[in-house]
Amino acid sequence: MLTAADVRSRLATLDGVTIAEGDSPLTVTVPAAQWATIATRLKDEMGFGFFSFLSAVDWKEEGLEVVAWIDNTDARLSVVLKTRLGAGGTTCPSLAEVYRGANWMERECFDMFGISFEGHPDLRRILLPDDWVGYPLLKLYDVDTPYPPYR
Amino acid sequence: MTGWPDAALGAVAGVSVLLGVIGLVTYVTLLERKFAARMQSRIGPYRVGPHGLLQPIADAVKLMMKEDVVPRNADRRVFSIAPVVFLIPCILIFATIPFAPGLGVADLNIGILFFLAVSSMEVVGLFMAGWSSNNKYALLSAMRAVNQIISYDLPFLMAALVPVILAGSLKLGEIAAAQDALWFIAYPVLGQLGFIAYIIASVAAENRVPFDILEAESELVAGFRVEYSGMKFALIQLGEYAHVLGTSFLGALLFLGAWAGPGPEWLGPVWFILKALLIFLLITWIRWSFIRIRVDQILQISWKLLWPVSLVLVIATAITVVIRSSTGG
Amino acid sequence: MATDLTPRVTTELDYAGAERLTMNMGPQHPSAHGVFRAILTLEGETVVGVDAVIGYLHRCHEKLAETLAYVQYPSIASKTDYVAAMTSELAYVMAAERIAKIEVPKRAEHLRVLVAELQRVASHCLWLGTWCMDMGGALGGGATIFLYCIRERELVLDLFEKLTGARLLYGFHQVGGVRYDMPEGFAADCRQTIDLIEARLLEYEAMLEDNTFFLMRTKGVGVISRQLAEEVGISGPLLRASGVDFDLRRDAPYSSYQDFQFKVPVETDGDCLARYRVRMVEFRESIRIVRQILDGLPEGPISSRPGVKAVAQVRVPKGETYTRVEGPRGEVGCYLIADGGPKPYRMKWRGASFSNLAVLPFIIPGHSVADVVAIMGSVDPVFGEVDR
Repeated sequence: MLTAADVRSRLATLDGVTIAEGDSPLTVTVPAAQWATIATRLKDEMGFGFFSFLSAVDWKEEGLEVVAWIDNTDARLSVVLKTRLGAGGTTCPSLAEVYRGANWMERECFDMFGISFEGHPDLRRILLPDDWVGYPLLKLYDVDTPYPPYR
Repeated sequence: MTGWPDAALGAVAGVSVLLGVIGLVTYVTLLERKFAARMQSRIGPYRVGPHGLLQPIADAVKLMMKEDVVPRNADRRVFSIAPVVFLIPCILIFATIPFAPGLGVADLNIGILFFLAVSSMEVVGLFMAGWSSNNKYALLSAMRAVNQIISYDLPFLMAALVPVILAGSLKLGEIAAAQDALWFIAYPVLGQLGFIAYIIASVAAENRVPFDILEAESELVAGFRVEYSGMKFALIQLGEYAHVLGTSFLGALLFLGAWAGPGPEWLGPVWFILKALLIFLLITWIRWSFIRIRVDQILQISWKLLWPVSLVLVIATAITVVIRSSTGG
Repeated sequence: MATDLTPRVTTELDYAGAERLTMNMGPQHPSAHGVFRAILTLEGETVVGVDAVIGYLHRCHEKLAETLAYVQYPSIASKTDYVAAMTSELAYVMAAERIAKIEVPKRAEHLRVLVAELQRVASHCLWLGTWCMDMGGALGGGATIFLYCIRERELVLDLFEKLTGARLLYGFHQVGGVRYDMPEGFAADCRQTIDLIEARLLEYEAMLEDNTFFLMRTKGVGVISRQLAEEVGISGPLLRASGVDFDLRRDAPYSSYQDFQFKVPVETDGDCLARYRVRMVEFRESIRIVRQILDGLPEGPISSRPGVKAVAQVRVPKGETYTRVEGPRGEVGCYLIADGGPKPYRMKWRGASFSNLAVLPFIIPGHSVADVVAIMGSVDPVFGEVDR
């Protein structure tokens, strides 16, 4: 049975990967360029097949951070993948080819944060109307932003 | 009789049957609603009149007051005619049914054939309604209607042929009279199987749950009548219930001995109506306890199961009758 | 204002050259379970492509949570999954408690599990009813089962009314514990209700499983393979129906689930019937857990922060966490980032129905129109949770 220590040791050899303290979950920060590769490795080599969610956080001037949570349902391990897009950065590799569930999650992320996921098969707004202007979950987006022609 | 021309007599009989049927159909809806409510641990219509007895009238008035909407892109003429085309055969089937010996509009020689031929005409109205609405749900429903009604008319015909062969006549009056001694449902094996086949086929031919794929309100919203409102909707509804009631009467006549029953002779029609209502309630019972099946499964049941079985049944009945008549039994 | 609209993309099977029909199912449709629009591409009766359009019920709960204090938000959290309001409240307060390291008294933990399991029973009742109505029609046998199920759900809602005063959105959980203790006689009522529901489950099973038509409609319909299930992240009964033995109540125990014994049903077929079977077992297991709680409910306070009203009473330090709760529809998660202020810095809802619904474009093509509603119903989406 795979343990958290195994995952930790396997991932630690990779470039640019930092793993935070704590085993449940394992918090793994990766460079954006390696985002999809590491997800693929986790899925194919370590059995992290369950895709729980993908989202983003707006750290104001530090830029956007993309967060994904994946599980290994047999070994009951969880991994939080994080990547920083850098100040002003809005592109991130897509996980839609690795996890089919990332399709809608990334669309939601695009909808709310304006992050364009490269390689996503069908990136368009999902929750908001197609003609919405702006990305509501950015910290700069005011709650009272009007939506013409409605108030 | 008293110098009245035959045509006038026929007209009087026709109009009175028409009115009687419409009255009965309106109240049958109340019966169904009450029955379904009891099945579902509810009370059902209760507010309009004592025990909700005036509910059907309130419904009719409501439907008459409603705005008559015709979709902009619908084929106006066909759309307006379709409910009438649908209703006429559904009412016409009552023409051949004798409500007591000699009491009917026209007890034709080929009564049962007339019944079957006319009742399958309703599909024309259905298809016109579905096609002219210019609505995709209605169109799908119309296609399903044609599929289903064609495939279930054959087993329906076969099931109805069992009593015909047993009675040796196509005339409904004579079929009823032939059951004086033994109702055909009590005829060993053949009678019961025939009755079951008749009920299944008639439920399907009337598009009721579990075979109501053309109405299918959870998929096709309301199918072919999704665009209808007001009086046109009422006509379709009326036709549908008239058809159900008509097949119930035919079933009572073919299998349950029509007007036979204890008591004086004038009670005959009452018995007949009661038996028909019994079959109606049976169909209602089926409707409110099954879930709907898919169109491909419905066709499979018809062509792979019901149609061969009913065919075998007809052949077996014919053989039985031949053997019994040759041995003098 | 309007920008260029991208053309709708549909998942398609091989094009056989037959004539195609594009049909809109929803947003107003009897079996849309709320407001869901599926743009179906049909070849005859067979669906060859589906584009799911959601968002009609979007209220941007995540932005809203950033503007509300930790004390205020739980009563709104219940509006995400309004059919199982107790679960979403629980996820949020647990996240706040975990970051702030707030102790929750034992009695409160047991009461939380009690309402969560009663909620599961109520929610599954509604699912069974609406699913059968999808397949059987509002004017047929489906409506009969629907009314039976609603009758049972009412009983559970009556219990909630006695407990919290509300029937749909409860505001029962609060940071540090629960808001209401059990009123007098509640335990007896609760026992009576669950006994009744358990007895009636047998009736439903007799009505459905002994019915060939029901089996015909559900067996082999909408099969979700194990791999697809995991990749899309569907959870709850759907995941277990696809052969994944994963239940957060057992595998990542929260609140006080480690104190109770229950079985986790797993089916391997992955079709509608398997989902039905899993949920029917869950009914009974929930009832079993409720009995265990009622038997051994500890005495004591119900909250470590009794009567929390002022914003200042809940101080959440800097930190982040993700709490996941096994709701009736699956994993309900709350990803919370606190910056030390009175309001969360960022809150992400992981709605179970959102991921469950995302599987539809992968399984619907190839089925007929009638199966679309059966599959939709078996997924049991609640659109408040999908759109948030």
